[in-house]
Amino acid sequence: MPKREPKELPPQHTRSGTPIAPLYGPEKPDSKIGKPGEYPFTRGIYPSMYLGKMWTMRQYAGFGTPEETNRRFRYLLESGQTGLSVALDLPTQLGYDSDAPEALGEVGKVGVAIDSLADMETIFQNIPLDKVSTSFTINGTAPILLAMYQAVAAKQGVPYERIAGTIQNDLLKEFGARGAWIFPIAPSLRLCVDAIAYCAEKLPRFNPISIASHFRDAGANPAEEAAYTLADGVAYVKACLERGLGVDQFAPRLSFFFYTYVNFFEEVAKYRAMRRIWARLMKERFGAENPDSWRLRIACVCGGHSLTKAEPLNNIARTTIETMAVACAGLQSVFTAAYDEAFAIPTELAARTALRVQQIVAYETDVAKTIDPLAGSYFVEALTDEMESAITGIMDQIEERGGMVRCLEDGWVQRRIAERAFEYQRDLDAGKVPVVGVNVFKADKEEPLQIHRVDEAAERAKADSVRALRKSRDQATVEAALTALESAARDEGKNLMTPIYDAVMAYATVGEITDRLRRVFGVYTPSRVF
Amino acid sequence: MARTLRVLVGKPGLDGHDRGAKVVASALRDAGMEVIYTGLRATPEAIVATAIQESCDVIGLSVLSGAHETIAKRILELLRARGAEIPILMGGVIPPEDRERLRALGVGAIFGQEASLQEIVEGVRQLAASDGDADDQTHHEEGIQ
Repeated sequence: MPKREPKELPPQHTRSGTPIAPLYGPEKPDSKIGKPGEYPFTRGIYPSMYLGKMWTMRQYAGFGTPEETNRRFRYLLESGQTGLSVALDLPTQLGYDSDAPEALGEVGKVGVAIDSLADMETIFQNIPLDKVSTSFTINGTAPILLAMYQAVAAKQGVPYERIAGTIQNDLLKEFGARGAWIFPIAPSLRLCVDAIAYCAEKLPRFNPISIASHFRDAGANPAEEAAYTLADGVAYVKACLERGLGVDQFAPRLSFFFYTYVNFFEEVAKYRAMRRIWARLMKERFGAENPDSWRLRIACVCGGHSLTKAEPLNNIARTTIETMAVACAGLQSVFTAAYDEAFAIPTELAARTALRVQQIVAYETDVAKTIDPLAGSYFVEALTDEMESAITGIMDQIEERGGMVRCLEDGWVQRRIAERAFEYQRDLDAGKVPVVGVNVFKADKEEPLQIHRVDEAAERAKADSVRALRKSRDQATVEAALTALESAARDEGKNLMTPIYDAVMAYATVGEITDRLRRVFGVYTPSRVF
Repeated sequence: MARTLRVLVGKPGLDGHDRGAKVVASALRDAGMEVIYTGLRATPEAIVATAIQESCDVIGLSVLSGAHETIAKRILELLRARGAEIPILMGGVIPPEDRERLRALGVGAIFGQEASLQEIVEGVRQLAASDGDADDQTHHEEGIQ
């Protein structure tokens, strides 16, 4: 039984005083639906679901300098947020320092710029790492950021085994949809597995990967989104098994991240179907014995491409419906996008309102008072079955084509996604898909909106600070650590997490560490054909 | 006879979200244009060199990360340095108040997320026409079909 389960569930009532039971359903449920917390987890992965623990409200934030991000995090924590989520700027995601020519114009734009351990220390100043869990949307440089977070814990005196959080560390979807790759596919997978193996041994509360569904925002439909993402999951499981890890050693820490749009019932069905598919795969195909290996733990974003730039306040309605869907679907962690997401990084007002959407759904409505409230609905159960067969159908196609890695290498997935995105845009332009404020019920004129601006001077200041750091540290230690890392990278049998940690502790920068790895692994060449 | 327009669709900067760039490229192809897509993380130097080498009529740039101004400046600078008069069109996440500044820099047209494919196709045609001597550019017909 997972540790989160309470001994007794708090009694719930309607506003009229009728008691609400924790669970409704037949005494002997259909085996494909089962009970919450039990295989195949259609009704949720924990027996008490939100009655035992509310979902984690985790808003994606981070911009400009580490100091600004630290202020925004403390503001969000004071506003009742329960987990942190760090957005990183593109140079940090791709392994360039703030003063690199490649970084020009991009420093601090879509997230915070992290050059070295010093920046990570600033971001978490006065935020004790044993009291929060932190999610990093980081992939190519995930091992470096993980090592930095671990190093901050060490400096704060927090034991490693108590730090909790997630690194996205999902490179496969970068090749398929998000584009933030660095190295070719094989060494990218090696680094992913290095972090997974390292966490299994040293950081038991840390999720070393969040297998993410950016395919959806790139154009895939919900069934394809689910299929590609679960197929990525299968690819990682295979890679870990090839490394010699036992399935129950790592599978309980695999986590997933999906997109939720306004197609309410289909989203609910998608999540219920995916839990069933994953549980069956892990138990039957990969022979996992620990029930935690069967549980599909899901975080999600409500928003993404479902939000519009036209009439931005309408987006609050959209994300509310989406948050309601994920509450009905029993997800573990939710990020609700802000209404100005289509313009820029959220303003403080937009960020707070987004969090309020979740709090309203969680505490003002009755959705969290009973488990899997839509179970047994003729529509939802039928749709769940149909989503399951649609998703497994696409996953079978992928298997027949040689697996997900192969399908990404030969561009099959990318082409299908691009076709789907084009179809959607044509349907939108033709008015076949109604989107309020965009192609139906349009306002005559745009309301002005206050948006967040990134301070342009911040880029120069950040570039200066990394140059200053390089002068102030012990250069011999840095050189030695980087040389050790490079030679470990040349040895396929070595896990690179420890040499990366040593380099981070010596205040080697993200750019310097990545450059050494680029020297060994080379860089991925993107396709121009689609 | 209408000649085939050649358009370079560029994805400069570090951002990897290429949904918009690919959708626009597909729409331009559907409208009968020849499209050269640069792929992700094309440098301003590579974009300008390719556009000149491939005799492109228009350069379309997709930027979502907020780096649009830095990128536009650099590409226009390089084009001027090489004496190339290829009009530029930009799309992506570009705040309304930046649009005037981009136009003042020399960006010919800006399309936001709200633009329909038809509007973008028309915009490309107009930009290509605005650079004048359409008759001089019949060389595009040669060897490219």
